[in-house]
Amino acid sequence: MADRDAKGAHGGEAPALDATLWSRRDLFSLAGWAGFLGVLGASALAFTRFMFPRVLFEPAPTFRAGIPDEYGAGAVSERWKKDQRVWIVRQDDGSFYAILAICTHLGCTPNWFQAEDKFKCPCHGSGFKRSGINFEGPAPRPLERVKITLSDDGQLVVDKSAKFRYELGEWDKPGAKLKV
Amino acid sequence: MFTRALKALKRQIVESQIWTSMVRHGYDDTPRNRVLQIMANVWLHLHPPKIRRHAIRVRFTWCMGGITFLFFLILTITGVVLMFYYRPVGEYAYADMKYLQFDVPFGMLMRNMHRWAAHGMVITVWLHMFRVFMTGSYKPPREFNWVVGVILLTLTLLLSFTGYLLPWDQLSIWAVTVGTNMARATPLLGHEGPFADVVGVTPRYDARAFLLGGSVVGPPTLLRFYVLHCIFLPILASLFMIVHFWRIRKDGGVSGPL
Repeated sequence: MADRDAKGAHGGEAPALDATLWSRRDLFSLAGWAGFLGVLGASALAFTRFMFPRVLFEPAPTFRAGIPDEYGAGAVSERWKKDQRVWIVRQDDGSFYAILAICTHLGCTPNWFQAEDKFKCPCHGSGFKRSGINFEGPAPRPLERVKITLSDDGQLVVDKSAKFRYELGEWDKPGAKLKV
Repeated sequence: MFTRALKALKRQIVESQIWTSMVRHGYDDTPRNRVLQIMANVWLHLHPPKIRRHAIRVRFTWCMGGITFLFFLILTITGVVLMFYYRPVGEYAYADMKYLQFDVPFGMLMRNMHRWAAHGMVITVWLHMFRVFMTGSYKPPREFNWVVGVILLTLTLLLSFTGYLLPWDQLSIWAVTVGTNMARATPLLGHEGPFADVVGVTPRYDARAFLLGGSVVGPPTLLRFYVLHCIFLPILASLFMIVHFWRIRKDGGVSGPL
């Protein structure tokens, strides 16, 4: 097929090498496969995007935690742990920080033990100091802190979508600590 | 007297139009027919006309591959039965599981058969691999089938993992929380894994969010795992099983004793 076409084009002479490189059949075959694979690839990309919805029906990451006077100095408050998975810690100097109650090992919820002054995870035994620094068990890094600020009407506002990680030096950033 | 009546009944059935339309002719039990029965049959690739004596020795094969497949069939049947009641929706899933267990006749049996067969399948897959390894059956010309087997092992574990979430109780939610948290550390695709910064994945758009359908184990995760568990993974496993069984025969049947 290819040979005959090439001969016609070159007036009966021996076919040029490039004339036999792409026969009509080869071209259509290639175009067909390219189209098929292209559609398949585009569909795979589209499906991947499809699996990440634009809106998530999940609880809002921020919540109001009352006024600062409701929290005693030098105490770890468990008030929001059940609903929000956050401990609000008020230091002796009156400043606040908020710790996310998600174990940095595999994501279980640790418990606060006042008598031992530590957080302890029931899943695999990771222990954290009041600051959130890990000191025992398999947890590879300290608990994460989340943003805590004061709203215009004087309420504490915790934003769990803004996280501060000790090992990245983020505990000194604005929002990681609240001075009242 | 009774046997004669029975024979007359049999003739009546066998000569009826319904019967003859389905079975076109009788069957002569000759060696030729026996071979044809195998050679010309839809299960051609599964069932060889002749097998070696050692291949049916339980002490050699433990029949672990066969038992694994039997468990898969049990799981498929009981799983489809459970699907008549179970709804993979956050509000309903746990209640449906309890409903199946306490209020649906034979529901407890179906759920427990599914659960125990699932445990059994994971165990027998490992034993099957142990046998294949100890008898050197992974060696050429069977090395490709070993690879297919490893893929099937992975699929079995993924089926087990996805099915574990479906009861939607505290145990399953936290097990899947822990399990999917490992996806954070996926190289390139997890937001806490190596090269996450290079690829630009975030907690909202990474391998874990893909699995969960969000940022926590919630109703979208349940639906996702349900689809994976009931549609995607079983079909994928079936395809690999077809190749796996076909290759046993094409690679020369069950390997010989060492």
